[in-house]
Amino acid sequence: MSKPKNQKLLRDQGKNWRIEISIPYFRSVLQNTVPPLAFGLFILGGWYLISYAILDEKKRFLLQPPHKVLVNGFFEWGGRDGLAEMLLSLWSSTKVAGIGLFFAILIGFSLAVLMSQAVAVEKALFPYLVTLQAIPILAIVPLIMFWWGSGQTSRVVVCIIISLFPIIVNTLFGLQSAEKDMHDLFTLHNASSFTRLRKLMIPAALPAIFAGLRISAGLSVIGAIVGDFFFGKGEVGLGQLIKRFSSELQGEELIAAVILSSALGVAVFLFFTWIQNRAIGRWSDRAELIS
Amino acid sequence: MMPDTSTLSLSFDEIGMVYPDGTEALTNVSFSVAQNEFITVVGPSGCGKSTLLKIASDLLKPTSGAVDVSNKSLGYIFQDPTLLPWRTVLGNVELLCELHQIPKDERREKAQAAIELVGLSGFERHYPKTLSGGMKMRTSLARTLTLQPKVFLFDEPFGSLDEITREKLNEETQLLFQKEGFAGLFITHSITEAVFMSTKVYVMSERPGKIVAGFEIPFGFPRSPTLRFDPDFAEVCGHISSALRGNRHE
Repeated sequence: MSKPKNQKLLRDQGKNWRIEISIPYFRSVLQNTVPPLAFGLFILGGWYLISYAILDEKKRFLLQPPHKVLVNGFFEWGGRDGLAEMLLSLWSSTKVAGIGLFFAILIGFSLAVLMSQAVAVEKALFPYLVTLQAIPILAIVPLIMFWWGSGQTSRVVVCIIISLFPIIVNTLFGLQSAEKDMHDLFTLHNASSFTRLRKLMIPAALPAIFAGLRISAGLSVIGAIVGDFFFGKGEVGLGQLIKRFSSELQGEELIAAVILSSALGVAVFLFFTWIQNRAIGRWSDRAELIS
Repeated sequence: MMPDTSTLSLSFDEIGMVYPDGTEALTNVSFSVAQNEFITVVGPSGCGKSTLLKIASDLLKPTSGAVDVSNKSLGYIFQDPTLLPWRTVLGNVELLCELHQIPKDERREKAQAAIELVGLSGFERHYPKTLSGGMKMRTSLARTLTLQPKVFLFDEPFGSLDEITREKLNEETQLLFQKEGFAGLFITHSITEAVFMSTKVYVMSERPGKIVAGFEIPFGFPRSPTLRFDPDFAEVCGHISSALRGNRHE
């Protein structure tokens, strides 16, 4: 493993190796870690305050203190409601979100490319995409169940519907972002539409495509959990688990499941940020801005 | 001295251009550029100078008149360097050869030679965002040079650069012209730049643009940077300046 640039490996008089960390580096680490940690502690304090000072013992199940969530939600491994079951359902939801996102990317990217090639296609499709986007997901859940049943397929469909729009809009915006002079350059040298798409429009669209992907990745996790919440059949995902904990008044487990859902969303977001920085970090100013 | 018509590379014949919104950009523009000629058109902003280049390169069709580009190998230097930010200097310089399906080895060779010619050796792996304005423009020049065009069109390429970089690039462009012997058509509103590089300068009026005066530039090539301080140089600049002013409706 290589050491960070700001650390110097030095050999002192007594020939012992020591690592010297420069003061500015240390300061910047502190600046980045202290404020969120301090705020986290503040939240935990407030949480304890509500659990112990505001709620009386009979009502404490509404918000169990953090250490109980930790012990009951995360430290019990086996059995019903154990961490093992939660991790299994987390895996199930991850799969659904992944498959849904995969299809959303496939469909969204193809549609955006088609729309970028012909204004007529863009004009024809756009109003319907906006309409699709505007339908509250809960309103079409019954219809989805009607058509695809209440198994895995329906969950994936919810994911696709919910995460499709940002991919299309961002990809299309990106494909149209190459400057006119750049297009003129390609025109001057008789580039075919395919060459123009491949060598100019798609690379120019990458920063916007990644911006869309990071939004959609988070949405696909929401889609997976919402879908799972409503469609009871098949593998148990985080949605079904949340529903069960809620109906059985298991506060600690409920909060643990919510934390897991959120962690999944954050993980997916970070994953796409990582891919983005690998793919366009070297040339795009934008990657640095939003990493 | 009249250019030999057998070497005419680019000629405008009574070009007129009216945009769809009714703006008349050019009227009755006629002149030609031969091989080994470097012609600069100076004129106030918005007089249709750039439109002329778009017409020369077939990006725009004139509403009247005709353009004749005898040799189709055209190089176009845009106002902006128009580099692809996701490609390195080398990748950008290779782009046009790629578009013309020149095989990889040959492409690399041409690109390396062009990069050397514009003095960017050692920067092949750099991305545009790490380059200065002048270096970006050099990359853009190198990209066009790979195709060794017979006709070179320049659309105010050095306008956004600082004075020193601009003068340096004027000197280098003039050396390139001497070396490659292309037919050059340069657009600018800097009189010094025009006189320093050209064999001939045309003055264009305010919109609708037409040629109102032409000046043969009597200095030989190569031109030394100190030419700019020569009294004769100042005199030519003065003549062009008054021709420009004479046509301004203040």
